[in-house]
This record gives sequence, structure tokens and C-alpha cells, in this order.
Amino acid sequence: MKEQQEDVLELGGHTFHSRFILGSGKYSLALIEAAVRDAGAEIVTCAVRRANTKEHENILDYIPKGVTLLPNTSGARTADEAVRIAHLARELGCGDFVKIEIMRDTKYLLPDNEATIRATETLAKEGFVVLPYMYPDLNVARDLVNAGAAAVMPLAAPIGSNKGLVTKEFIQILIDEIDAPIIVDAGIGSPAQACEAMQMGAAAIMANTALATAGDLPLMASAFKDAIAAGRKAYRAGLGRVLTRGAAASDPLTGFLRD
Amino acid sequence: MVKVNGELVEEAGKSVAAYLAEAGYDSRAVAVEYNEVILPKADYEKTILVDEDVVEIVCFMGGGR
Amino acid sequence: MEKENHFFIDSDKLSAKALEKKHRLENDPSCRKDPMEYFPDMEQIKSDVRERVMAAMHAYEPEQYTAIDVRRALDHERVTIEDFQALLSPAAKPFLEEMAERAQRETSRHFGNTVYLFTPLYIANYCENYCVYCGFNCYNDIQRLQLSHDEIAHEMKVIADSGMEEILILTGENKVKSSVEYIGDACKLAHQYFKNVGLEVYPMNVADYKYLHDCGADYVTVFQETYDLKKYETLHLLGHKRVWPYRFEAQERALMGGMRGVGFSALLGLSDFRRDALATALHVYYLQRKYPQAEFSLSCPRLRPIINNEKINPLDVGEHELCQILCAYRLFLPYVGITVSSRESATFRNGIAKICATKISAGVSTGIGDHEEKYTGKHEEKTGDEQFEICDTRSIRSMYGDMEGEGLQPVLNDYLYV
Repeated sequence: MKEQQEDVLELGGHTFHSRFILGSGKYSLALIEAAVRDAGAEIVTCAVRRANTKEHENILDYIPKGVTLLPNTSGARTADEAVRIAHLARELGCGDFVKIEIMRDTKYLLPDNEATIRATETLAKEGFVVLPYMYPDLNVARDLVNAGAAAVMPLAAPIGSNKGLVTKEFIQILIDEIDAPIIVDAGIGSPAQACEAMQMGAAAIMANTALATAGDLPLMASAFKDAIAAGRKAYRAGLGRVLTRGAAASDPLTGFLRD
Repeated sequence: MVKVNGELVEEAGKSVAAYLAEAGYDSRAVAVEYNEVILPKADYEKTILVDEDVVEIVCFMGGGR
Repeated sequence: MEKENHFFIDSDKLSAKALEKKHRLENDPSCRKDPMEYFPDMEQIKSDVRERVMAAMHAYEPEQYTAIDVRRALDHERVTIEDFQALLSPAAKPFLEEMAERAQRETSRHFGNTVYLFTPLYIANYCENYCVYCGFNCYNDIQRLQLSHDEIAHEMKVIADSGMEEILILTGENKVKSSVEYIGDACKLAHQYFKNVGLEVYPMNVADYKYLHDCGADYVTVFQETYDLKKYETLHLLGHKRVWPYRFEAQERALMGGMRGVGFSALLGLSDFRRDALATALHVYYLQRKYPQAEFSLSCPRLRPIINNEKINPLDVGEHELCQILCAYRLFLPYVGITVSSRESATFRNGIAKICATKISAGVSTGIGDHEEKYTGKHEEKTGDEQFEICDTRSIRSMYGDMEGEGLQPVLNDYLYV
């Protein structure tokens, strides 16, 4: 009945076929190429840091051609700092994507939603494709989209915890109510959890620690790739019945109808 | 004295381009913030470091959550 | 059952010239105004809601859905637009009881066992529109009346004395006769007598809604009648109401003007009721996403006989179909209010209130200035004729008792004007 359209992820006018956004932190540059390849990733996040004169390895040399670099603003504690880091990232010459991360707290690394809205507004106006990391709050998600965010990236669990979809109910609300891709970010610890988030209707998954802490990183990247694709297919196919019915009424409710 | 990436160095009088080359930075892989304003690559040659300048030199590195 | 209603009625009181114009409007589409063209006094807002609703409605083919689609929709925890389309389709008819059971659970989850009671108050029946199915239409020979300030106050007092706390003020659509200021005065009066004041009057501009909100009104209901533009054009032949998109955008303008909530409906029986029901619900759905702070409600009127035309009827929209639409509304939009009017029988309203309706009217008159006579039997000399025939004539007192008897909790107000 419905035409089968090509299933693509659209972010700020760019089209992607992969729904796996790969982090590049916490593991050696030598592994990046294999990780990106086996993850089938088209977007890789990276950070902006003070350059070091002793190290001449450039991460860009390890990232395959055609992959979109998504610089994050990690290290920013305020909206102004996030904007400053985004400007530096753009000057590094890898496009207009930016993932906003603003943390005022170094213990749990929870995002500052309010500052994130302000940074999103500023950067979206400047033409950035803004992907804000946030704590899943519906009102904030609406504000982010109104401020120009190209997607919303709610956390599933505390960063690096590998605990999975702790905020599941709230992420589901965002998926149901927000007219922008919802990309689940942080806390996804296993392919099964990534698959579940995709079945719920998440547009993509961002993962890093789960891979960096795996025994065989490229193999885990490949497992995530398959799980994300499977979850996406299940979502598009429409999940089958869940038996959570209450007891049937003893008298028919519609017995009063006449014609 | 000029502050580069948080450290004081005796580099006043040099151009940014010269400093980057001498210190061993790959100027294609970095971005430079000069007194809190981003310095376009085209201006590296003509920008001369003076005392009390604050310079940040950044690059991409692995990152994610 | 006839396939079409015969709406055109000629009055012997019309002049030859008026009759000639009426017949020309009825028979010659080329002499009618373009229904997409705004009048100069109509504000145009920027909104993509209309486009989205109409695209979905035009793509909807109710006959293509099967029992498998309906089964899947009922098995989903959250009903998608696609599921909703299946639930509105003819294939859902055998599932009506199951839909009702689930609708009842959704309703009680969001509203408990409450049912809100309100009453409409018609303050004028002058109308500049020629809507062929409506008793107030400008060519229909009826007794016209507009209540004065004191008469409105008197009617409101009679209604308030009966215990009612929420009122819905209605007029015919005539901006000259029933000006925004006139309606504003009625709102100010109503604000003294009632806790919640709703409006069902002609669509207006944002500034007008803002003014009426300041006067005490907080809820605006506008019926689109039909979302089928081609059909709409053949039914609304004259007047401001002919401009279809201005009417469509009324709720959005009301929200922009600061109203707390807005009501919607198609008049079932005018066109394909399944497509109209889809468009009505999507109108709510997309506006809710744009204005998440607002309250939304749906009504479900079916065509009724009017003075001088006893034969008007809702065609293929029987009680089973109406029940199906309302259950589908509830499953798709579990949080919206659903109002069932006195057009329906007492039996239907008792039954539907247990499934999915959340608001019903009581002590209803669609005439002008006749509440005291209807409520107390005291004869009032000057009354205006009714918009349509009602079916459920129960008073507030008997409605209150009947709802309690059905195991529901009647509520007169849950609300604070701020």
C-alpha cells in the first residue's frame, strides 16, 4: 500500500545511510580505521584539544575519506565556551557539523540543558548543523528544535556507564513528540540496547565507550552495526502484538447503538 | 612573554607562521586563536607576536562518549 | 436511505430579486466567490498545518485497509497515524466492541470517571452566510433575534441558578450585527456568572481573540464542517464563512491570541465522514505539536433537521459509525476532550460517556432567549428560532442524576481562569 522509500537519515540537509555514529575517544588512532570500516559509520565524533608539538599523528589521517567529522564541544562548561570551541572546530576545516556538549559537573558529566539551548540558538544562526547532547526533557527538546537543532541527542544513561536505556520512557516521549531525529547518545553499552533504542524509533545511535572497552573493538563495531540495522528494520516493519490486555467487560460496551 | 596554550614563552617578535614552524606544529592541522579571536590561516604570516599576547593552538583528537 | 440531502428551500417571503440571486448561487458555481481567496479584513498567518492535514487526507484510502491492519493497530501500545487510518476504515467495523473497551481504558487513564457538564447559550441568530444545511442561514425564513446586554444577563442568571459553572456562548455569524465588542460584553457578563467561558462564534483575527480573552473567554471552538474543499464550496455559498482556509486557521489564531484551548469538528454527513474524521483529528494532532501548552477538544456533530427542512439527516453516519469515529479519536488522541452534543439521543450519550466522551451539554436550547421558558415554564414573549433540532432535552438536574446513575462523576468545573 505504501511506497517503499529509501530509508535515510537526514541531518541539516545531508543524507546518511548509516545510523551508527561512532565516537573516536578512549582508543588508539591505529584502531580508528578498522572501527569506522566495521561499524559502517558515516559520522565520527572527535574532540577539539590544545595541539601538542611532540605528537605528529593527525586523527584526520586515520579517518577514511567520505566520513563526516562531528566535532564535539566537550570541555565546555558554559554556552559561550561551547560556541568558542565550535568556532575553532570550524576553523579546522571539516565542515559545519557540531555536537554541543556542555557539562558543569565533572563527576557525572550530565549536560546543562539550559546552556545547551542558548549555544544551539547561537550556532544554528551562524549556519552550523547543530546536534545537541541533552538530558531527555520534552520541553527542552522542543526549545532545542525551535532554536534550530538539526537533531536532538538525549542520553540513555550516564556517560560511559554502559547501563543501557535507563531513560527509556522519556526518550520514547521525545521520539513520539519531536519533529526532528532523536539520536540516542551516551550510556548504550551493548548491541542489544542499541537495537532496542532503534526499535523504539530512535533515528540513530551514538556509541563510544561500549566499543572502546570491548575485547575486540572492530568486531564489536560490527556487532553494533548489525544490531542498529536490525532495530531499524524492526521499527520500520512495525512491531507485532504485545499481550497486555485487561480483562474484557462482562456486558458489551456498544450494546446501546441503534442504527 | 607570550602565553601559548597556557605556557609563557619568549617568542615576541616572531610571526605566528614562524612560531608554528619552529615549535613543530603542522599548520595545516591546527587552528589558532589569537587573543580570543580566531586567526585565519591567511593571516599567520603577517601577525607578529607581541608581549602579553595569548595564543591557543588546537587540533582534532579522538573523542566521544 | 437517500444518497444525498436536499438542502435548498425557498421561502415565499423572499423578493423575486433575492430569489433570483439565491437560485443563481445554488445553480451557477461561476457566480460564487473563490473559497480560497481571503477577504481584505481577514488576517493571514504563516502555518504549514493546513498543508500537512490536507496532504494526509488526500492520500487516505479507507477501503484499502484490511482486518490485519486493524488488528495491528489494536495491538500497538501507541496508535500511529497509520493505525488511526485503519481504525477509521470500514475494516474496523467488526472490531467496534474491542475498540470501545480499549477506548474506555484510555479515557479512564486520562480522565478518570469524570464527565464535564456545560450548556450553550445562543445570544443572536443573525447570519450573513448561506450555508445550505443550517437553520440560521441568511435565506431561511426564521424569527431573528439578538439579545441585549440585560437580556443576556437575565439568561445567564437563569442558567447559573441551575448550578451550571461552564458556558459556551454562540452567535450566528454576522460581524456587523454581532460585533467583537458585543461578544466581548457577553464574555464580561459570563465571566461574572460562570467559571469557564467558551466561544463558538465566527472566526476572527488574532487581535480579536486577544481582546475576547481579556474579556474573560478562554476557549474557542470552530467547526470546519467539512475538510473536503470541493464539497465545502457547494454548501457554503455566501458570506465570510465561504473562505475555507481562514476558517481552518481559526484555532491557530485563537491560540496565538492567548486562548487556553480550542475545539474542532467536522459536521458528519456533509462529505466522506472517514476522511473528514481523519482531517479533524490531524488538525488537532499537528496543532498540538506546535502549541503543546494548549488544550484540545473534538466534537462530532451529525446533520440534523432544521426549521423549514425536516428531511436533513446524517446519511451514512449511523450510531455505529459515530461510535467507531469517537473510539478511533480516543485511541489516537487519548488526551483530548470529546464533546457529544444534544443532537444525539439520551441513550447514545449515556452509552458513549462510559466509553470515550468527556463532556456533554445539558439544559440545551439552540434558540434565542428562551432559557427561562425551558427551565421554569415561564413564558417569554420574544424568542428567536433554533439552529437545529436537538434530540436529548434533559435538564442539568436530570443529566447530573443520570450520569451518576451510569457510575460516572459529573463535574461542573475543574478550571481556573488566569
